[in-house]
Amino acid sequence: MFAEYSSSELLSIFAMQGVAGLILFSVFVLMALGLAIIFGQMGVINMAHGEFMILGAYVTYLTSHVFSTYLPEFFSLYFILAMILAFIAAGALGALVEWAMIRHLYHRPLDTLLATWGLSLILQQTYRSVFGPREVGVTLPDWLMGSYQLTDSIELPINGLFVMCLALGISLAVALLMYRSRWGTQVRAVVQNRPMAGAVGINTGKVDRVTFALGCGIAGVAGSAFTMIGSTGPTSGQLYIVDTFLVVVFGGASSLLGTIASAFSISQAQSTMEFFMSGSMSKVLTLLFVVLILMLRPQGLFTLKVRR
Amino acid sequence: MNKTLLSPLQTLPHKKGGGMKTWKKCLLTLAASLVFGTAQAADVNTTGLAVTDTAVKVGILHSVTGTMSISETGSVQAEKLAIEQINAMGGVLGRKIEYIQEDGASDWPTFAEKSKKLLVNDKVAAVFGCWTSASRKAVLPIFEQYNGMLYYPTFYEGLEQSPNVIYTGQEATQQIIAGIDWVTKTKGAKSFYLLGSDYIWPRTSNKIARKHIEKLGLSVVGEEYYPLGHTQFNSVINKIKLKKPDVIYAIVVGGSNVAFYKQLKAAGIDMTKEKPLVLTISVTEDEILGIGGENMVGAYAAMKYFQSLPNDNNKKFVEAFKAKYGKDAVIGDVTQAAYLGPWLWKAAVEKAGSFDIDKVRAASPGIELTTAPEGYVKIHPNHHLWSKTRIGHARTDGQYDVVFETKELIEPDPFPKGYQ
Repeated sequence: MFAEYSSSELLSIFAMQGVAGLILFSVFVLMALGLAIIFGQMGVINMAHGEFMILGAYVTYLTSHVFSTYLPEFFSLYFILAMILAFIAAGALGALVEWAMIRHLYHRPLDTLLATWGLSLILQQTYRSVFGPREVGVTLPDWLMGSYQLTDSIELPINGLFVMCLALGISLAVALLMYRSRWGTQVRAVVQNRPMAGAVGINTGKVDRVTFALGCGIAGVAGSAFTMIGSTGPTSGQLYIVDTFLVVVFGGASSLLGTIASAFSISQAQSTMEFFMSGSMSKVLTLLFVVLILMLRPQGLFTLKVRR
Repeated sequence: MNKTLLSPLQTLPHKKGGGMKTWKKCLLTLAASLVFGTAQAADVNTTGLAVTDTAVKVGILHSVTGTMSISETGSVQAEKLAIEQINAMGGVLGRKIEYIQEDGASDWPTFAEKSKKLLVNDKVAAVFGCWTSASRKAVLPIFEQYNGMLYYPTFYEGLEQSPNVIYTGQEATQQIIAGIDWVTKTKGAKSFYLLGSDYIWPRTSNKIARKHIEKLGLSVVGEEYYPLGHTQFNSVINKIKLKKPDVIYAIVVGGSNVAFYKQLKAAGIDMTKEKPLVLTISVTEDEILGIGGENMVGAYAAMKYFQSLPNDNNKKFVEAFKAKYGKDAVIGDVTQAAYLGPWLWKAAVEKAGSFDIDKVRAASPGIELTTAPEGYVKIHPNHHLWSKTRIGHARTDGQYDVVFETKELIEPDPFPKGYQ
């Protein structure tokens, strides 16, 4: 499969594919972080994760409309504001959902799967009723379009770079929150031993709600960022959900580092293989590879070592 | 092989000028029915369809929920508009059309179940519906078993011909061959990169495209398929950059479309420079709504209808459509094809003088529609439509400029020899 390319071509292929893989990696990290927090820390299987992402995308769409109608001179800046609004909207909806539904189901983890799946259908139909069944087009500010020419054969798409920076920023923020803040300590305490955490005075119900809202908020930001590279429609969230679960489960559900490592290995494997074989075939091989590793290591790549 | 296959359907001889006679006959029937009062229900309906002296029931079967509702909404709108207009003109054989709408919910077994309900319980005289080939394949055995009539609007891969279906969209060869001929002749294209979503329509279409390209002595430098819903096209875009084809021939569908064109633009491929040129058969004005005109500008599309077609029929159609569904409504190729369904059925019923499915089927070949928004269409004995193929050049506002149109109507050929 290498025979038809010259060695200099091969070099640039690997460079280009490395960049493509890094972009895919960032996309995976953004998709999976919110789910990793909810699934890994709380044990809730949130099937409506994709719909929270699309909420972020619709918020971006609305913001772009408001800006182009009322504030056209600031249009180039709307995207930043849209992401903040997306975080707030998705986080608020997440808090509401946790209060109304999820908190009643903490002792029945498999029921959360059904309940959140139902929620995803409800949200999809709501989007369809409000925004119409067709996809909407989100206009991007000019500075996010185009690409940056590195060498003759290597071009960096600017929106790809943006997604990379965003993924990096959000991962750092989450890591700081989880491991350097008081709230993070509380979350980890609740995960490890709920009754004991309650006994020392942590309001576990509140911790749960904020954790869930944070996970959903990050999904909203991801959805907002994905308007640059994907579609925005009532069912677009479904496009991401399988990959998201794949990344989280492969990485080891309770480890954020695992999520990042698994996003990296899956994205690099997939984008390199995509170059040398068809897209469908590389997907098949990626999945096979994930299945094999999970057979050998059912707990995922990384696990939390906890004395029980 | 084709002709022998057709013979059971071909009950009326198909000659030039037959159409005029048909129209005169229709007018006569109409005049007669006005003079002598409407024919009694029993005379025009011997098989127990839902036809009364004043009304006839038909079915509309599309997905208005689920993932396919993105695409099928336009078809539902067009079919309702056509039915409304027909009713305003006095209906069919003096009877108002009443429709029963069912939701296929983007789920093929649901399509089958609902079509059975329409045919068996509601006894509808015709069904306008389905969008994906999968949904059509799911309902086909039911239409054949209970002898119903389906008007199917989508451009599709061909390789099918049922006595119970009228295909109002183009089959693959009509769409593909004219497009490739155009791009080689006027743009001097020599090499092609074929790309598609991974299911039957893009695969069959690219097979036809590849055979035709190779027949012309030109080269296919790559052929790729990506799973439905795939959202990362950076790898294939890199491959395209390396192979430097003259034409990217894209048959990507659904949400993947949006991802593909956005990423193509972000990767620095400016389609307005036409290096490489992008030719698609899967992006109508409907899809551009999601992609965004600024991401699609400069691409070419080969299909039979564009909203911007300048003829009078189309101006009226676009006006009526916008009056009913708002000024921002867009009309894509399939929406127009769906609009033809009720009109073709009306013409066939009036030619047959009966709602009976067998008589309507017998009357269908040779039916002409001079009022079609796309200009003029005629039903071929193989139940597909003769139609012209046009090339559209995408503008920033999400519309296409029509830059080319085939001189003659293209004969539908669902089982193309030498292309399989």
